[in-house]
Amino acid sequence: MAPRDVVETLTGFARTLRAAGVGADPERVQAMIGAVGHLDVLDARDVYWAGRLTMCADPADLPRYDRCFAAYFSGDTATVRRTAPPPVTVVRHAATPGTAGDDRPGDVSVATASEIEVLRLRDVARLSPAERAEVHRLLALLDDVTAQRRSRRFTARHRGRLDAHRTVRSILRRGGEISGLHYRAHRTRPRRVVLIVDVSGSMSPYADVLLRFAHAAVRSAPRSTEVFSAGTRLTRVTRELRHREPDAAMTAVSAAIPDWSGGTRLGEELKEFLDRFGQRGMARGAIVVIASDGWERGDTTLLGHQMERLHRLAHRVVWSNPHKAQPGYEPLTGGMLAALPYVDDFVAGHSLAALEELAGVIGNA
Amino acid sequence: MPHTTSIPTSDFASPQALSEALEKHAYLSDEGLATACFLGLRMRRPLFLEGEAGVGKTELAKTLAAVLDVPLIRLQCYEGLDAAQALYDWDFPRQLLHLRAAEAAGVTDVERLESELYDRRFLVSRPLLQALETSTEERPAVLLVDEIDRADDEFEAFLLEVLSDFTISVPELGTIRAERPPVVVVTSNRTREVHDALKRRCLYHWLEHPAFDREVAIIRRRMPDATESLVRQVAGAAGRLRKLDLLKAPGIAESLDWTEALVALGARDLDPDIAAVTLGAVLKYREDTERVVAGGIGALFNGA
Repeated sequence: MAPRDVVETLTGFARTLRAAGVGADPERVQAMIGAVGHLDVLDARDVYWAGRLTMCADPADLPRYDRCFAAYFSGDTATVRRTAPPPVTVVRHAATPGTAGDDRPGDVSVATASEIEVLRLRDVARLSPAERAEVHRLLALLDDVTAQRRSRRFTARHRGRLDAHRTVRSILRRGGEISGLHYRAHRTRPRRVVLIVDVSGSMSPYADVLLRFAHAAVRSAPRSTEVFSAGTRLTRVTRELRHREPDAAMTAVSAAIPDWSGGTRLGEELKEFLDRFGQRGMARGAIVVIASDGWERGDTTLLGHQMERLHRLAHRVVWSNPHKAQPGYEPLTGGMLAALPYVDDFVAGHSLAALEELAGVIGNA
Repeated sequence: MPHTTSIPTSDFASPQALSEALEKHAYLSDEGLATACFLGLRMRRPLFLEGEAGVGKTELAKTLAAVLDVPLIRLQCYEGLDAAQALYDWDFPRQLLHLRAAEAAGVTDVERLESELYDRRFLVSRPLLQALETSTEERPAVLLVDEIDRADDEFEAFLLEVLSDFTISVPELGTIRAERPPVVVVTSNRTREVHDALKRRCLYHWLEHPAFDREVAIIRRRMPDATESLVRQVAGAAGRLRKLDLLKAPGIAESLDWTEALVALGARDLDPDIAAVTLGAVLKYREDTERVVAGGIGALFNGA
């Protein structure tokens, strides 16, 4: 095989990998070509490992890589699985977004202050498409869904503990003359926030708005927020929610979630979350928000156990239930009863105002 | 890209040769890991190792250092780790003492005094600087950046910078460059997502729990006192435990601990009674122990 063919072959392979969702960017292709150069180009195992070590970056990449490798080097084309079409309601503004000051009558994006006030308190399940669009617009403006914790690092302050390093340094600078004392105190850092949004059938009037709330949370603290959807399967959607534009993010999320409007197996999913992510540290010291109505099919003992586990790991467990605000609501569903002993804050989540309150609970936790 | 420098001691002819060298130091690697290490040395790229706790990530770095017969420099990451703790720091108390001593001796040459203050001997090297300073063409140090997922992302960005040019600049001293990049092993337990930019600099390898035969070989290698049947039973039971969906599945480290405990008790075979009293060496959660006991300890040894 001439070297040129090797490069062509590997570039083609990288294209196949990209189509399957492995991030085989040019820098990595370069690395693979380099790696193959140190091994035997004609040995399939060597080529396999050269590619796997340079192209993959996550355990999830490995099965995809294996599939592509088998397909590409045996001459077949890899099949790229298409996900179901997005069931999410992406309501575009009725009028094209006008320039500032362009206030055509009927444009939904110009609601008056009092209209917004009324809208804030309305249950999102009972909104017209135009009102929904307005709620979405207001949710996109929410930019403080963050929490703080004390860091181990210090920062200079006027009071606090004596900062010996800085003090001595300033003495040194002045040739040994003691000029004053420096103090330091602990800095604050963002605390991790994990949102688990129930997207099962009974939650469908709220899932969309809750995911938009999650989007606002991811945007306000991109490095310390994680979002999962739960239904019949647990899906990590943080990456999808990193899109800046809310509608684009929602489209990506809806493509990523395979189980919209199905049943709920919250206990099992919480267990999966804790096994795969939480136990290893994602839930440790974090604020974990579960947005669900607590409709659990089947046995709720598992949910209770997992909530107990979560409660031990997390800094604070917040449960947001859209039905909580309904007059006469009593947490009587099996799931809710099993979970409540391990919930620190039990809040609503049915309206814009309730979500703002949820943001406040997260911020003060 | 082939390097045309003189052949250092770290150059192995093939992944197999490296694998054999690792084996001489009691580390049994599989094909993927041996290839990863081989390419890491050849391409002078950091290795990024991910996997469950106890699959031998840290151990690999230690063994690599032993194989290359070079020092191992370890940087344990934690939340709040910053550049001063990873790179270097000035030894202020000693500087101050120096200043006072000079004053007492009546030194008046201010400029000389100043340049003396920022002399190399007052610089305290932390792991990253140490690794760059001690790496020579023939003897590259092994730098272990352990549990990078525990450090903050600012530190990750900073590490990326150090790992891309292997130079550190100290404002008062100038730039310190490694004669050759150290052999870098970065490990992560995946408690959080590490930034892709860092992974892209590295060769990425995901470590699995060992297959039965390899685990038997590893235990036999490390615990020569254990009987063959005991080793096989421990490896088999560990494999079954990993399938049980426990909070913390046992790693190789736990299998070794367990064997050690059994050998210490004089066991030649693993029977349910002795297993029950030594379970604490393998299982680290009360819930896990309860679960295994409830399922019947005997179920762990079927056909081992």
